[in-house]
Amino acid sequence: MDQSNIAIELIDVDKHFGAVYANDKVNLSVKTGTIHGIVGENGAGKSTLMSILYGFYQADSGRIKVFDKDFISTNSRQSIEAGIGMVHQHFMLVENFTVLENVILGSEDGALISESLDKARIELTRLAQEYGLEVELDVAVEELSVGMQQRVEILKGLYKGAKVLILDEPTGVLTPQESDELFRIFEALKKQGVTIILITHKLREIMSITDYVSVMRAGKMVAHRQTSETNPEELAELMIGRKVLLNIVRTEAKSGDPLLVANNLEIHNEQGIKRVSEVSFEARSGEILGIAGVTGNGQGTLLKALAGILPLSKGSIEILGETISPKRPLNPQELRNLGVAHVPEDRQRMGIISDFSASESALLGYQNDKEINQGVWLKRSLVKANCESIMEAFDVRPTNPDLKSSNFSGGNQQKLILAREFERDPEVLIIGQPTRGIDIGAIEFIRKRIIKMRDAGKAIILISVELEEIMSISDRIIVMCDGEITGTVDAAKADEATLGMMMANALPSDKKITEAQL
Amino acid sequence: MSDLFLTTVLTFDASVRVCIPLIFASMAGLFAERSGVVDIGLEGKLLMSAFIAASAASVFGSPWLGLIAGMFASSVLAMIHGFASITYKGNQIVSGVAINILASGLTMILTLAWFKSGGITPTLQGNERFLSITLPGVDIIDHIPILGVIYRELISGHNILVYLAFAIVPLVWWVVYRTRFGLRLRAVGENPKAVDTAGLSVEGLRYKALLIGGILCGIGGVYIATAYNAQFTKEMTAGQGFIALAALIFGKWHPYKVLAACFLFAFLQALAIRLQGVVIPGIGEIPVQLIEATPYILTVILLAGFIGKAIPPKASAQPYIKEL
Amino acid sequence: MTRDRRLSWINGLLLPLFNVLTAFLATGIVFLLIGVDPIEATKILIYGALGYDEGLGYTLYYATNFVFTGLAVAVAFHAGLFNIGGEGQAYVGGLGIALVALYINPALSAWIVIPLAISGGLLFGALWAIIPAYLQAYRGSHIVITTIMFNFLASALMVYMLVHVLREVGNMTPESTNFPDVVWLPFVHDVFAGFGYNIAKSPLNLSILVALFFSFLVWFFLWHTRWGFAIRATGKSNDAAIYGGINPKKIIIVTMCISGALAGLVGVNELIGVQHRLFLNFNYGYGFGGIAVALMGRNHPVGILIAAFLFGILYQGGAELDFELQNVSRDIVVVMQGLVILFCGGLEYLYRPVLMRFLAPIEASE
Repeated sequence: MDQSNIAIELIDVDKHFGAVYANDKVNLSVKTGTIHGIVGENGAGKSTLMSILYGFYQADSGRIKVFDKDFISTNSRQSIEAGIGMVHQHFMLVENFTVLENVILGSEDGALISESLDKARIELTRLAQEYGLEVELDVAVEELSVGMQQRVEILKGLYKGAKVLILDEPTGVLTPQESDELFRIFEALKKQGVTIILITHKLREIMSITDYVSVMRAGKMVAHRQTSETNPEELAELMIGRKVLLNIVRTEAKSGDPLLVANNLEIHNEQGIKRVSEVSFEARSGEILGIAGVTGNGQGTLLKALAGILPLSKGSIEILGETISPKRPLNPQELRNLGVAHVPEDRQRMGIISDFSASESALLGYQNDKEINQGVWLKRSLVKANCESIMEAFDVRPTNPDLKSSNFSGGNQQKLILAREFERDPEVLIIGQPTRGIDIGAIEFIRKRIIKMRDAGKAIILISVELEEIMSISDRIIVMCDGEITGTVDAAKADEATLGMMMANALPSDKKITEAQL
Repeated sequence: MSDLFLTTVLTFDASVRVCIPLIFASMAGLFAERSGVVDIGLEGKLLMSAFIAASAASVFGSPWLGLIAGMFASSVLAMIHGFASITYKGNQIVSGVAINILASGLTMILTLAWFKSGGITPTLQGNERFLSITLPGVDIIDHIPILGVIYRELISGHNILVYLAFAIVPLVWWVVYRTRFGLRLRAVGENPKAVDTAGLSVEGLRYKALLIGGILCGIGGVYIATAYNAQFTKEMTAGQGFIALAALIFGKWHPYKVLAACFLFAFLQALAIRLQGVVIPGIGEIPVQLIEATPYILTVILLAGFIGKAIPPKASAQPYIKEL
Repeated sequence: MTRDRRLSWINGLLLPLFNVLTAFLATGIVFLLIGVDPIEATKILIYGALGYDEGLGYTLYYATNFVFTGLAVAVAFHAGLFNIGGEGQAYVGGLGIALVALYINPALSAWIVIPLAISGGLLFGALWAIIPAYLQAYRGSHIVITTIMFNFLASALMVYMLVHVLREVGNMTPESTNFPDVVWLPFVHDVFAGFGYNIAKSPLNLSILVALFFSFLVWFFLWHTRWGFAIRATGKSNDAAIYGGINPKKIIIVTMCISGALAGLVGVNELIGVQHRLFLNFNYGYGFGGIAVALMGRNHPVGILIAAFLFGILYQGGAELDFELQNVSRDIVVVMQGLVILFCGGLEYLYRPVLMRFLAPIEASE
């Protein structure tokens, strides 16, 4: 193999943020004129790696070669000059600028822009014809569809002379038709000798468009494959990894009546984007319902709606005798009073208040409880005593209610949240990412507690990106992809490969296991 | 009838004079806010520059040295604001408030220390200040009815800074919409990340914008002390910086619209003076305070989205922190 | 000491201390620039403010105003709001007090009239804050800009009220008639005299007790009631507040009302405490001073009492400087306020990088 065919080479690239390793001795070699996929779960370090290549971050150590030349980029400008272009997941476009203005930004030819605009107009017309990248040049970007905006990003890169184009999750925001169109553009670019690096977590895309694929997991590069010689099952396994299964003893679930029934939910997130549609399920007492899926496929939005943080756009939720509908929303406070506990996905931003003491974080959501309020007076000594007792019950260390919440380890913060939510004896528990980023001891403890709640007859809805977690403690599993349920399986019969395929919505439709078949 | 006409022309003339510091200050604010830095400190910069300009003009006997000194003083404050809000990513509003209060205190302290009189500088004599210029042809056009009066009273007879102010607005427009710097300026106030990923320096652009703002605001202060008046007096800017800020919002951060807002607000001020104690038949006496308050009321209503919507540059007031 | 522990020391104690010291240092430099010996000036200042009864009385009288506006700014800060409108709220609050004082039946007992006048201040101050609050919560307009505008509107309103409505017939100056005696808050020297102690006359009046009472109330409210908890939670993390069932929009309204009400109390000291009539610009500078006081006092009532006392010293001591030295006036206080706001506010992170590097480096082995 001729070395000069290598467009990008990364050797032992390291990057950490604080104590967290985002990239750990990463090696990668991308051949010129190929489409190279990089897959991995969210947080596997793909975006960080590409941002280093694009000069947005600097690596702590390691070597980078671009077209065989040693390359150190401290600034995106150097990367652009080296021929690297990047289409970020969140577009780097100035929304009220026209397409032309966006394209020339940063590579204008003189102090005045009119000349650059004229030049860009000619060049873009040429590029548009060559690659089929037609886009209206004089409209404000904010008026374009997302697919069109993405074209502008690609054009930006090409206009600046990119020989290597990095695309970070480009289809996440596209409709299937737009995705097909994008892949057609990829082929056109490839024919002209442009190298494309495609970052994604969707296996189907990898299989259909790439020549090579590299798999990242937890900051490490775990495998390189020629796409034609691998298959989705192998990639799914590499992506998710065979993790040490914690051996948690649990008895058969004694599931009872449904305590929460979701009918045909449609939910928009805080930005007003539809993230969940046509979702129906029920959660029964004495049972853990796991919701699996790659982050960002609507599970988080669903969780917030179940907890009363986001309103429903369509459908209804019957919960403990009440019905939530678009016309009749319940707020988090009302749901708590009803007996719904919520462990939020985002521990740091929602679950606790970092600047507050542990006892105050342990009060969040329950500040109006009668037993701690006497008239206007919030009895802090009682709050503290309560906090101390739940800390003991959940083994939160150090057992100091006055310590600032941010000074506890992640595991202890999470135990504190669980203690707060579990100790009020709720009927329905909505739990998001219970063990993300915490140590193994705490994980085991937390999972046992969740099972204990199940055995006490509570209905539990568990959302986790850790497939292993879903599998080891759930009784039934729903898989979500792109805001819809792509499969429902009995946990006892579930295997990782099938779930992984469902998570990527890559299962042939005749093999989909639906609720009806169970 | 002709009396009413003359009164109208004179009111407009007064509006022009009042308008000038508003124009300079709001154009200064335009640069800062277009770059994503909120500038509450316009008032302080006007005041500081007015004081330094009056002092320099008095000591050195030249309004031009006063102009340079005033622009410099205002720029120093602008750089302090930049240091706090760009480099140290502090709260831009708090920093702006600090600039205002600092200017208010320093001008008082320094007048006393330098001129032994609390709050005022020596009166500027004759050519120590910017004097009115009579434009050529006043005598010729003067006998033409209406036009003559307009030319004599409204167009001619202002000082150089007035003409500069009106020249600067198209210049600002041209810089903002036609130059590379303007393109980058607008971009950094909307989406600094787009600017960063295009390989440009967010901080550098914002400092440049604040520096230009400092210079422009400085000219506004110079005008107040050495052209409109002939000395510095305590708190002489009297909220002009805040009216300029209101005009900037009311003009939706667009140079010509801001100019129109400045003129509207100046006209209301001139009108308030003109209507003091005047009884209008059928309506009675309009409280001067109501007219004076109108710019603020209009701005509040606009901001609340009841008439149109003033949407500031998206990145405004947010320090740029580099992260994905 | 663990790194966390050192970090909390740096952020909680060292940084604020360094910031205040820098502000003092910078004031010292200003003194040097105008040819005044800072040490000499400090001596005069301290003597003038604390050296004798009358000076101390004045110091405490000024401090009282700063307590009110400092508390106002601090309460808003706790909800993550920057209330720059203390100046206007204080002004309009004064109108509320004056209206009660002028129109109430003077035959009533002081025990009824004075609390009513105080309530008038609270109510009008709150009213002047509720519109910007509403616009921020439900119309998305920025509270800083609206409160600035409302400062000017307050000013216009008050001039109108004083010139056209409340001015005594025949009086040329825009001020109201004198309030009836019953609404006057007793001077402290009169109270002391009542117990047989003679102290020097000063404007210090029982408003200082009102200030202490409200400091306690704010402390109790913020840290010992569920509403205070909700306000602080919202200020620290909007997301967490929503999660906890708190409605941030309501919090904005409630907090701004409280903040405005507190600012509205400046008139208690100035109007029914000292001047016994409503007049122009009685509020001048206290609203903005409150920002400095709150920043310096770290938004805690105890800190605010200390900071307000310090600014009281500067105000009164500044007057003494005026008297003793030719080159400097009490306006040095304003300079100092500006520097405190700059170094404790805008540049609050100035020393963090250097302190972090020397005292709490990130351990590479982690």
